Amino acid sequence: MKDQRMTKTIKGIAAPLPLANVDTDVIMPKRFLITITREGLADSTFADLRFNNAGGPRPDFILNKAPWARANILVVGDNFGCGSSREHAVWGMRQLGIDACIGTSFAGIFYDNARKNGLALPIVSPETRDLLLQVAGDGAKITIDVNGRTITAGDIRAPFEMDGATQTALIRGRDDTLDSLEHAGAVRGYEAGLKSEMRVSVIK
Amino acid sequence: MSRTLYDKLVDAHKVCDLPDGDMLIYVDFHIMNEYTSPQAFSGLDAKGLDVWRPEAHLAVVDHVNATRSNEPHDTASKLLIDNLEANCTKHDIAFYGLGDPRQGIEHVVVPEQGLVTPGMLIACGDSHTTTYGAYGALGFGIGTSEVEHVLATQTLRYKRMKTMRVMIDGETAPGVTAKDIIMKVVQVVGAGGANGFAVEFAGSAIRGLDMAGRMTVCNMAVELGARAALIAADEVTEAALQGHSHSGQFAFNGESWHSDPKAVFDKEVTVSGADIEPLITWGTSPDQSVPITAHVPVASDYVSPKAKAALERSLLYMGLTEGQSAQSIAIDTAFIGSCTNSRIEDLREAAKILEGRKVAVGVEAIVVPGSAMTRIKAEAEGLRAIFEAAGFEWRPEAGCSMCLAMNDDIAMDGERVASSTNRNFEGRQGRGARTHLMSPAMVAAAAVAGHLADVRDFK
Repeated sequence: MKDQRMTKTIKGIAAPLPLANVDTDVIMPKRFLITITREGLADSTFADLRFNNAGGPRPDFILNKAPWARANILVVGDNFGCGSSREHAVWGMRQLGIDACIGTSFAGIFYDNARKNGLALPIVSPETRDLLLQVAGDGAKITIDVNGRTITAGDIRAPFEMDGATQTALIRGRDDTLDSLEHAGAVRGYEAGLKSEMRVSVIK
Repeated sequence: MSRTLYDKLVDAHKVCDLPDGDMLIYVDFHIMNEYTSPQAFSGLDAKGLDVWRPEAHLAVVDHVNATRSNEPHDTASKLLIDNLEANCTKHDIAFYGLGDPRQGIEHVVVPEQGLVTPGMLIACGDSHTTTYGAYGALGFGIGTSEVEHVLATQTLRYKRMKTMRVMIDGETAPGVTAKDIIMKVVQVVGAGGANGFAVEFAGSAIRGLDMAGRMTVCNMAVELGARAALIAADEVTEAALQGHSHSGQFAFNGESWHSDPKAVFDKEVTVSGADIEPLITWGTSPDQSVPITAHVPVASDYVSPKAKAALERSLLYMGLTEGQSAQSIAIDTAFIGSCTNSRIEDLREAAKILEGRKVAVGVEAIVVPGSAMTRIKAEAEGLRAIFEAAGFEWRPEAGCSMCLAMNDDIAMDGERVASSTNRNFEGRQGRGARTHLMSPAMVAAAAVAGHLADVRDFK
């Protein structure tokens, strides 16, 4: 089958972002949400951490420093992406050039949003995450083999967790909506079994 | 085979298994707002798809609208509001917009309209959709790509979660509210402690809550990482289903919507109801809270260098010193509102504190009722008069307002807010704004005192 020959490897410089509970308000502040498109969000991503009130770069923030300004991977603290459901956070990270976030745990909605947009979220043990934070701090490259669920960096070779459906979605880059419509018959079958009082109809 | 309430709800909504390990689940009812839906509709257009079942959706304007009047405050918010209305007209979807007597915060509007009932599955592009668990319904937040998926297929791709039961037994002390109960659970379980879990709340302290209190608990369950929160339906639930515009129009019978007595949960957490005190948050994560009688933590309370660093960062952002007493924290602003605490029951509790008292000099106090219907009811009960006599600004329109400051209610850099909302994140209520979460009655007490204060001192 064609799908099984597809491979996906993400390689690059990783930026350490060790703070726990980085929420989607911090990733994408609300003033950038007043939009009806997905585009134009790269500069808005982590805006309050990257820029000062006057709009100039904050030199102490990791993504403003060499070599991490070119990072395409983040190594992050526990419970990354918590809070609001805003998919704008993931759109912005992708537009900023982030291909993967390695962490110990991610908030559920953020995890699902990431999968829909090709942002890989390998889950590793706290020990591996701490080792990778050091690697990232040194500016060394990290390689993520999505097919083999393995991360390598220098001497480190560690497995990561990723559920099968998310892994398949990342490798195939499929469109979930169109894919699911192939099961339209099953949906109609389910609906045929619903009693009339189980079919919600909202008063206009 | 004994099953949990969560497993019964998932089983009842499963359409089919998918080859990659996910399943398709059926969404009985889907709610949209103006800021997480535009790109979902444009996705449908780009793919040439129709809405599968238009009558199963409701769109409400709540996040970006001004609450000072029913006119948008700027062109950008008007664009979002008009865009939602146009999308609903095009696809024949119910739209409760500005000026509609049914408009309000989505999670206040839905129960008020009788649109939630035990056994339903509800999705919405908003993380606080966990609220509907209060009715024994499975509600959860989704992203915009999933909004598109529900519109096009009436289903979602889903993976069954693990289950956690949080048992809260014992009678809570006077002055302790549903908000304090859930803030205590967030403190105990941690901000990400329920990631990957559906949480069921049980025990006498939960059974003793009215529906508004149960909604507050389930609403904020997402702050401990729970993707879904549940409370078994009982006679309190049944009573709450009557008297609304959609009442009697649908029912999801065929299952008993509670966990079987022998059902096994993947994780059990116990909290003593009697030990809960009125809480306030001091930091920038909802799990950073202390009783109002206590002090902000000190670095020596923590062992790990990471925890010490996190404390330092939070205190720097919040402009607090370690060991400072909670009641010494002076506020600039008091805000009562949000999908967590803007229902009529919340306004009544706050009004009890405010009656015959005045907001402290220098404190700006705002109350935004959760819906137009809530506002009208509150005005009829005389609550508006109490709030206004005390010096609160009573907003004529409903919306999320200063909970997330997407409209023109934005706290300034350094401004300190006592807030009945759900998130104290950095920048949540405005860049540099400092949020302290607490119950609506505690916000009222803080407004009167001018600093965080113990509601139990206000007899």
